Amino acid sequence: MKILIAGCGKIGTAILSSLSAEGHDITAIDSAADVITEVTNVYDVMGVVGSAADCETLREAGVENADVFIAVTDSDERNMLACCFASRMGAKHTVARIRNPEYNDDSLHFIARELSLSLAINPEKYAAGELYNMLKLPSAIKVEKFSGQSFEMIEVRLKEDSLLCGMKLSEMRTKYNRAKFLVCFVERGEDVYIPGGDFVLQSGDKIGLTASPTEIQKLLRELGILKKQARSVMLLGGSRIAYYLAKHLSETGSNVKIVERDEARCQTLSALLPRAVVIHGDGTNRELLLEEGLRGTDALVSLTGMNEQNILLSIFASSQNVPKVITKINRDELEAMAENLGLESVITPHSTVADMLLSYVRALENSHGSHIETLYRLADDRAEALEFIASPDAPCIGTPLRELRIKQGILIGGIVRGRTPIIPAGSDCIQPGDRVIVIAARHRLQDLSDILL
Amino acid sequence: MNRKMVLFTTGELLLLEAALLLLPTAVSVLYRESTTPYFLITVAIALCIGGAMCLLFRPQSRVIYAKEGFIITTLSWLSLSAIGALPFYLSGEIPSYTDAFFETVSGFTTTGASILANVEALSRSLLFWRSFTHWIGGMGVLVLMMAIIPPSEGSSGRSIHIMRAEMPGPVVGKLVPRVRETAKILYLIYIIMTLTQFILLALGGMPVFDSLLHAFGTAGTGGFGIKVDSFAGYSPYLQWITTVFMLLFGINFNIYYLLLVRSFRSALRSTELWCYLGITAVSVSLITVNILPLCTGIGDALRHAAFQVASIITTTGYATVDFDLWPQLSRAILFLLMFVGACAGSTGGGMKVSRLIILARSAKQSIYRMLHPRSVSVVRFEGKPVEHTTLDGLATYMTLYFLSIAIGFLILSLEPFDFETNLSAIVSCFNNIGPGLGAVGPSMNYAAYSQPAKLVLAAAMLFGRLEILPILIAISPSTWTKK
Repeated sequence: MKILIAGCGKIGTAILSSLSAEGHDITAIDSAADVITEVTNVYDVMGVVGSAADCETLREAGVENADVFIAVTDSDERNMLACCFASRMGAKHTVARIRNPEYNDDSLHFIARELSLSLAINPEKYAAGELYNMLKLPSAIKVEKFSGQSFEMIEVRLKEDSLLCGMKLSEMRTKYNRAKFLVCFVERGEDVYIPGGDFVLQSGDKIGLTASPTEIQKLLRELGILKKQARSVMLLGGSRIAYYLAKHLSETGSNVKIVERDEARCQTLSALLPRAVVIHGDGTNRELLLEEGLRGTDALVSLTGMNEQNILLSIFASSQNVPKVITKINRDELEAMAENLGLESVITPHSTVADMLLSYVRALENSHGSHIETLYRLADDRAEALEFIASPDAPCIGTPLRELRIKQGILIGGIVRGRTPIIPAGSDCIQPGDRVIVIAARHRLQDLSDILL
Repeated sequence: MNRKMVLFTTGELLLLEAALLLLPTAVSVLYRESTTPYFLITVAIALCIGGAMCLLFRPQSRVIYAKEGFIITTLSWLSLSAIGALPFYLSGEIPSYTDAFFETVSGFTTTGASILANVEALSRSLLFWRSFTHWIGGMGVLVLMMAIIPPSEGSSGRSIHIMRAEMPGPVVGKLVPRVRETAKILYLIYIIMTLTQFILLALGGMPVFDSLLHAFGTAGTGGFGIKVDSFAGYSPYLQWITTVFMLLFGINFNIYYLLLVRSFRSALRSTELWCYLGITAVSVSLITVNILPLCTGIGDALRHAAFQVASIITTTGYATVDFDLWPQLSRAILFLLMFVGACAGSTGGGMKVSRLIILARSAKQSIYRMLHPRSVSVVRFEGKPVEHTTLDGLATYMTLYFLSIAIGFLILSLEPFDFETNLSAIVSCFNNIGPGLGAVGPSMNYAAYSQPAKLVLAAAMLFGRLEILPILIAISPSTWTKK
């Protein structure tokens, strides 16, 4: 597909990198020549220097033949204008980043319709949603939701004293048979496994489990690692993510404390979030944090604009025995480093958005087959979890799963029929309209039929 | 530095050369010539060395940077020429390996300078290989490799560094987002144009074999003739066809791509194209008038002038007459055209018209700034401001260009030839033209130079084809030390 990406900041580059690896023809637009030089040196893409909202630049980038136009410059208004131009000039689908809270209310729908936007993305809001899920289930490193809310995949790290160490998956299934779940993937060191029944778990493994939310609670309780939902949360840095997260948390009754350095920002936040406690102060000051009751909070989320500062703050919080510490990191290379430093829960807002656009573009490519609903990349992009809506003419319909010839490294992690989640067994069949969750290691799936040999 | 990847890519290139050598092998079988075993030995050697390099140096990481791109290009071109020379040497038709190497480098760099006094004595398969090297070298062998071999994971984005190192011109861009697609499009245009010329030549009564070889030589702007008198013996029709195609292959291939995607307006807006055609037109008219007394009529004079000008400005090097016998003005014009060269992004060599335009404009801007010291202005080219880094790179290139020619000229002066011969020899080789003036004129050859001088000239051809920097970077010690 021909894809134009306007704006090559963190988000733009993350999208560009993942879409380019999928083999799309990408043209990058940025007003800074050195940014374009850097991008074209590293990725196999073409670069055009110019403003995204300039028709001449857009024409030079070939907007007439573009399948998708993605505007992710730092200005919402420029993104909207660029998308408006692009769709009038012939781009088939347009995606704009719109992140200002004032646009992200009921008017968003109106904006999208009037500008014929195919998709409006708000990375900060997604990040906040992801953080909210993590705070709701602190035992898991990561929580990924499917089909609305009725199915999820959690990632858990096995500690040395875990009951599961040295256990075969088939034993685990019989031992904890009161909960319905499935172990979908195991990340061990550099390798990713899609495990069979004979697979033996070790301490240090990161395992991915799929189940419905209630079953996950049951299983974690039986394993003795269930931690209760974080009810008092401290946020360091009053960014847009902090705003969306605080809003969501305080609406559901949690206590939120935001520490922000800039006084004017504090004023705005406290006006917008009447139920949250806004502290004006330097989040890196340890006395301040202790005074504000760091030791007593259930969770700390470091959301400042500096990756390094976030990492250091999180290490400090862990040393003060804060039960759940989440670090926001905006660079992939630092993410791996943070894991080595013992910071388990990390969110990278740009990769969330990249995942979204990846699933969006794949769904466009495969407009006839089974629709891709969600896509998550797992384990440093070495595996992915996808949710398909089975189309009536998909080849795997109606055949019991044990008779399907499924490719190596692919697993059906769950089926949601109507609202009932099903943990698939060999005798289950996929029916039209089912939401099918597929875990694939080292495969790039476009359609549900791609899972078959 | 990623040494393994450098050697691995060079190995891959040798495997490609082995595959390419099968074509002349097929020709030798077709004409039942005795050269078949020598080609097969060369194929085997290329396979062994290339295969061994690919197996021994399987890289863990395929990531390369600009430095690796330069080194891959230099190493590839050297090993390509070293192995490509073997059929000439093994068959004994060129008894000295240095001579064979000179001839092959001259082929791949599309120079067309020969050490053969009597080309017609060479067997057909070797003639084929000799002209085919022009065709491969014209568009670039690494570009060919990119078009053929599917990219491996993680390396595809970086191959732009190789493309930049191999393709001539001040700025190398892509036609379409993917390097591989760009390489494919370039080769597609190249193949179609070569075939068109081949068919037109064959229709004009040239034997099929000769037409093919001349099409190769024109396409790569090489200039290896297969007759002692180059193009003099062919009919005016064939000479005109070749004139037109030489000029066509000297045009930036981006313009053909623009025509292909039907954006005629932006294709015709190219400053470089009009300057190139303008220089050609002016030179042709001046020479026509100047040589009129020597020719049988104005048509005759125009044909000879056009052919020679096209041949020199595109750095091809075919000749229909011995222009060394022309009046001084015509010789001077041709000598200056040797420096100009064709458009950037074409198969031609030389300094490139686009470089001259940017240089002239930046000179004009400097003078203007002296008159108005506080004025702010940018140099523009093809409707866009030229980046400062590009201007700096241009200044570096020009300095190195004249410095290299000067050094080469100094070394050649040890040879027992006159000033004119030595200077035109080094300029002609450096700019990948072929014939020079005096003792290396169109009716002469380079055989009289000593062995070391031939190596210097071969080096000059490589420097000129790869535009100096890749080789300088590859041979500078600081590239190889871990600092």
